[in-house]
Amino acid sequence: MELRGTSVIVTGASRGLGAALADALGREGARLVLVSRDQEALGSVVDRIRAQGGEAHAVVADVSAPDSAARVAGTSSALVGPAEVVIHNAGTLGPVPLAALADTSDADFEQALATNLLGPFRLTRALVGSMALRGRGTVVLVSSDAASTPYAGWGAYGVSKAALEQLGRIWNAELSAAGVRFLTVDPGEMDTRMHREAVPEADPATLPRPEQAADRVLALLWEAA
Amino acid sequence: MKHALREAATPVTAAAGRLLHVDPRRGMLADTHIDALPELFRPGDLLVLNDAATLPASLHGTVRGEPIELRLAGEETDGTWRAVAFGAGDWRTPTESRPPPPSLEPGDVLHLGSGLRARVEALSEVSARLLRIRFETPPERFWTALYLHGRPVQYAYEPLPLPLARVQTPYAARPWASEMPSAGRPLRLELLARIRARGVALASLTHAAGLSSTGDAALDAKLPLPERYEIPASTVRGVTEARRRGGRVVAVGTTVVRALEAAARSGGGDLRPGPGLTDLRIGRGFEPRIVHGLLSGIHARDSSHFELLSAFLPGPFQLLYTLHVITGGYRGHEFGDSTLILG
Repeated sequence: MELRGTSVIVTGASRGLGAALADALGREGARLVLVSRDQEALGSVVDRIRAQGGEAHAVVADVSAPDSAARVAGTSSALVGPAEVVIHNAGTLGPVPLAALADTSDADFEQALATNLLGPFRLTRALVGSMALRGRGTVVLVSSDAASTPYAGWGAYGVSKAALEQLGRIWNAELSAAGVRFLTVDPGEMDTRMHREAVPEADPATLPRPEQAADRVLALLWEAA
Repeated sequence: MKHALREAATPVTAAAGRLLHVDPRRGMLADTHIDALPELFRPGDLLVLNDAATLPASLHGTVRGEPIELRLAGEETDGTWRAVAFGAGDWRTPTESRPPPPSLEPGDVLHLGSGLRARVEALSEVSARLLRIRFETPPERFWTALYLHGRPVQYAYEPLPLPLARVQTPYAARPWASEMPSAGRPLRLELLARIRARGVALASLTHAAGLSSTGDAALDAKLPLPERYEIPASTVRGVTEARRRGGRVVAVGTTVVRALEAAARSGGGDLRPGPGLTDLRIGRGFEPRIVHGLLSGIHARDSSHFELLSAFLPGPFQLLYTLHVITGGYRGHEFGDSTLILG
């Protein structure tokens, strides 16, 4: 698909893979709405993209909050037009160091589901009707190999990502005929703050950069019809 | 607009979805369910939907320290907004019982929360409640602040505040509507997919549905105020193709009728794509040039929407329709039942 002029929402865009995706999409001429809780970090990503001639707007929101989906969808549509692509990148590991399931509180488990599963569900629901009516749209779900491999200590996160992948498969079964495509992406290990918190013993120098993963996501979007 | 039928209204949580099918050609009224809608179309028909999302159009704030509520009634092409102002109170009081706003003059600054400031540019001659205002906030900050501080315009028959997500159609896109274009609310994606599978084409336009009630009889009599719309080229092609194959063009909601018929009139009978502004009033005796049928809510006989229905209901049907919706217990508000007029 052509990315120039395409309206794209990226959640979790203030750092890590989200910021790398925003930079790459900005360079390609996409019209970006970037979502994060962190107003200051998000503002610097927006400024960087604008300084390079791209279009980006900041929407400060917590994707896990039930009322954020209508707000993000409406603000975004007012600023760059109805979303043609949404990339659900915002995610949480929960408290670190990671805890075994037996030691995970209700609140921490629920927060992982709220951010990693319910947030993408609600925002997708607010956007796909218009995509289906127009007959096209792309929804990217950022997942992890923890969705299929049962790593000890990654319980709430792994469960939420497994559910997220199934969410994408079911959305796809329901909406592919209407022209809405759901892509699930495992970016692999990257040198991000989340990775450093989850695996503090890893040597960052040996890890791929988020920019490399961002390029792979863009390649997927180009291939998408 | 008055809502005689609303007195029997039930909360939005009640099961909705009755459909009254009026077939003027065969002289028939039939009680059915919204799930049966696909079977009432013929392959080749075209369904046109208004994809306007509902704005968080109600803003509470102050002017010279006194409370004021603004309801945004539409953006003008010069970047100003039309707005209707109310005094103290909120949606729990019916609009006709709300106190008027503090007396306003051009130049007054309204403080509307989340850093939103607007300046009064002009007052309407029809009603001191109707203002033209300019927000003194750049677009990105305006939209983010509006979505943080604004709430959807709410109906007095609803006991609890409605979240913004509840007043959207399932396919809402650009936030242009002051109130929900409610005719499309029952059209779930699964239902739209079944309509499409029947060989019915779908198309959309955006029409800035305005306020239904202002609390001022003189101003209510002027509703709907001029509203902007935009018709994509693909929708014009869809209409042309439907007519060529003998299909019927069915509007979802009165806003779609107004946009299509206004665009056809301004094009000298030809439907042309693009933006427009319409003050077209549709009622008894109006002859639609584009639209053959209408999916709408249930409307009371004294409402402006009933006037519009009349353009599609031949004379004898108007009384029959009214009797039928009353004796049949149809619900006539934004979250109520539906009418399809199609023959």
